[in-house]
Amino acid sequence: MDPVSPGSSRHAASAEEARRIAVRVRDPELPMLTLEDLGVLRGVEVVGGCVIVTLTPTYSGCPALATMRDDVVHRLHNHGFLEVEVRISLDPPWSSDDITPKGRRALVEAGISAPGPAPDTSGPVPLSLLPTHRAVTCPQCGAADAVLTSEFGATACKALYRCTECLEPFEHIKEI
Amino acid sequence: MSATHDHESVYDGLLGSDDSQWAFGTDFEDPLAGIDTTVPDGVDPSDLGRYCLMLGDDALVMSHRLSQWCSNAPDLEEDIALANIALDLLGQARLLLARAAAADPTLVPSLPEGSPVPPEDALAFFRGDREFLNVRLVEADNGDFGQTMARLVVFSAWRLALLQRLRGSRDTVLAAVAAKGVKEMTYHRDYAARWILTLARGTDESRSRVEAGLRAIWPLEAELFEGHPVEARVSEAGVGIDPGVVRPEVDAVLDEVLSASGIERADARPLARVRGENGRDGLHTEAFSRLLAEMQVVARAHPSGSW
Repeated sequence: MDPVSPGSSRHAASAEEARRIAVRVRDPELPMLTLEDLGVLRGVEVVGGCVIVTLTPTYSGCPALATMRDDVVHRLHNHGFLEVEVRISLDPPWSSDDITPKGRRALVEAGISAPGPAPDTSGPVPLSLLPTHRAVTCPQCGAADAVLTSEFGATACKALYRCTECLEPFEHIKEI
Repeated sequence: MSATHDHESVYDGLLGSDDSQWAFGTDFEDPLAGIDTTVPDGVDPSDLGRYCLMLGDDALVMSHRLSQWCSNAPDLEEDIALANIALDLLGQARLLLARAAAADPTLVPSLPEGSPVPPEDALAFFRGDREFLNVRLVEADNGDFGQTMARLVVFSAWRLALLQRLRGSRDTVLAAVAAKGVKEMTYHRDYAARWILTLARGTDESRSRVEAGLRAIWPLEAELFEGHPVEARVSEAGVGIDPGVVRPEVDAVLDEVLSASGIERADARPLARVRGENGRDGLHTEAFSRLLAEMQVVARAHPSGSW
């Protein structure tokens, strides 16, 4: 299981091709985002003819991870990469800060509010008895005035808001 | 699919010609695939395995109780909130049970030859009540919404304090699971604490309900901090936390919630040990047997089933 030497152009080309395929796989629950946009794709490498893809879960219980894994495997199989191994990486934990600028634009275009900067949880975590306040912009009309409907939404990563300007509800990716 | 294709439609990834998107995966594979699960030097694998079971069982049983609210909560938002919290805890449980199985495979119940049940599921669905090491707080019946919030605030304040410290564990798997869990427990604790405040400052009825809920669960609070010899040993070995050390911090958080809510700390005698044993020794209450029967019945009926 030696890593492919950098001088091997055939393997370098196939690693590049495998990476190109893997980065285009989409999140099953946020299909406007690729796994790369979401920041859950930690690596694609070819070791001794086997493509090793490393993924990290967003939340510990996110059921989308199994689908992501299957999609990556199927997509690579369809392109002739028969040996594919998906590995999980837990460290460092995923943060909403890992969503790329391109991913953030794609979210807003699809009517989902992108997360602000994630809070620092490295030290003691203070109790917060008041509803979380975020500077959220309505992805539909651009108004900067929205009220939190629920801190929990249809998937683990989203909170629900309602715009006080256009009155439309929208989802917001939570900062973690 | 070209790069410019990316923003055309939310659904183009699903409705395009690529049929691989329809192969939605529902199978369960090792949640620790590819992660180095070597037990650190100087740590007894059996102790580490049992410690991971303790933390994993707390999350699994609490998750099951919270999921019983699904479609029964007071309104849709709370229904979704409780299901989300249950899902986070189930995820933590999967990682911890898988870590327990990797540390000490002898903990995993044996199943019929050829059974496709992975170790984490064997631990969740094929152990008897005496083999579960969760604290008794998590197994008690839900009661009403006020009692459920009372339990959740105590549980999540305690678990958050434990996981914060566990991020420094010499076991890199536990440290990583804890680091993810801290972010999740922060949401859970804030959610429950806000509901305690809201109910306490709501109507006479809501206040009396949340006060009764706190009184009902308080006998199970002391056990959280008692500590078990396994916890003492893994703490000594630098991989675990002796729960006694988080008591001051958890007390301070709960005092803050209670004082903002204008509620006195419940004064209740701790639920006694039985022949010197409590939840961490596998000694549980009657409610736990009914919970396990419901949680395990399908898996036990089909030990060779694949899903």
